[in-house]
Amino acid sequence: MEQVPIVKIGQTLFVSIQVELEDQSVLRLQEDLADELAATGARGVIIDLTAVEIVDSFIGRSLTMIGSISRLFDAETVIVGMRPAVAITLTELGLSLKGVRTALNADKGLEILNGIR
Amino acid sequence: MDELPIQSGDDVVRVRQHVRVTAAHNGLSLVDQTKLVTAASELARNTLVHGGGGVVQVEVVKSPNGRVGVKLQFTDEGPGIADVDLALRDGWSTGNGLGLGLSGSRRLVDEFELTSRPGAGTSVAVVKWSR
Repeated sequence: MEQVPIVKIGQTLFVSIQVELEDQSVLRLQEDLADELAATGARGVIIDLTAVEIVDSFIGRSLTMIGSISRLFDAETVIVGMRPAVAITLTELGLSLKGVRTALNADKGLEILNGIR
Repeated sequence: MDELPIQSGDDVVRVRQHVRVTAAHNGLSLVDQTKLVTAASELARNTLVHGGGGVVQVEVVKSPNGRVGVKLQFTDEGPGIADVDLALRDGWSTGNGLGLGLSGSRRLVDEFELTSRPGAGTSVAVVKWSR
C-alpha cells in the first residue's frame, strides 16, 4: 500500500495524489488527513487529482467523506485538477461529489479557500 | 487472451493498469479507456469483496462489422446474487457503499451481461467498442 503525502503550507493542507489509488491507500489518506487537521488546525484542504487517471465509486465516496470529515475540523476541502475524461466518467457513473468544492487548478482552489477565510 | 487473478487490493490496481494498456493499444479514445478502466475497477472490487476473489479474462474482440473492442469477463465462486434485477438498480447495496458499482459500471460500457445463482458464483462480461 502506498501512502499519499500531506504537505502543510500556511493554513492549508495540500494533497497531490501521484500514486495509483488502492482502496487501502484512500482509507489511510482519510485517517492521515483527520489526524493532520486535528494536529495543525489547518482551515483548508486542497486535493489535486491532476495525475489521477480514474475515480471509481469507492474513491469518489472517499473524497466526499474527506470533505465531511474536514468540515468537522472547521476546514473546507477543494478538489482540483480533475481530468476531463474522469469528470465525464464520474458523472455517467452517477457520482456528483456533493458537498465538496471543486476548482480548475490549485491556484483557483486557494482563491476559493482565501475567499472563505 | 490474458487471465489475471483478483485476490487483493494490489490485484485490483494491476487489473486497472492491464485494462488501460489493452484499451489504449486497441484504439479506444481516452474517455472510453477511462470509462472501461473505471468499470473494471468497480467489477474487480465486487469480485474481491462480494465474490471472495476470482479472476478476470481480458480479451480483444472484433464485431461482425470489423470494429475492435475490449472484453472483460469477471468470474468468482462466491455466494452469488439472489435477485440480479435488484442488484442492478442504482443505490442497491449489501455493503456500506453507494450501490453504484454494478449499475454504474453497466452505464460505462457498451455490453453488459451478468449471470449469477445463489451458491454458484457470479460472472460479469462487459465489452467496450472502439468508435
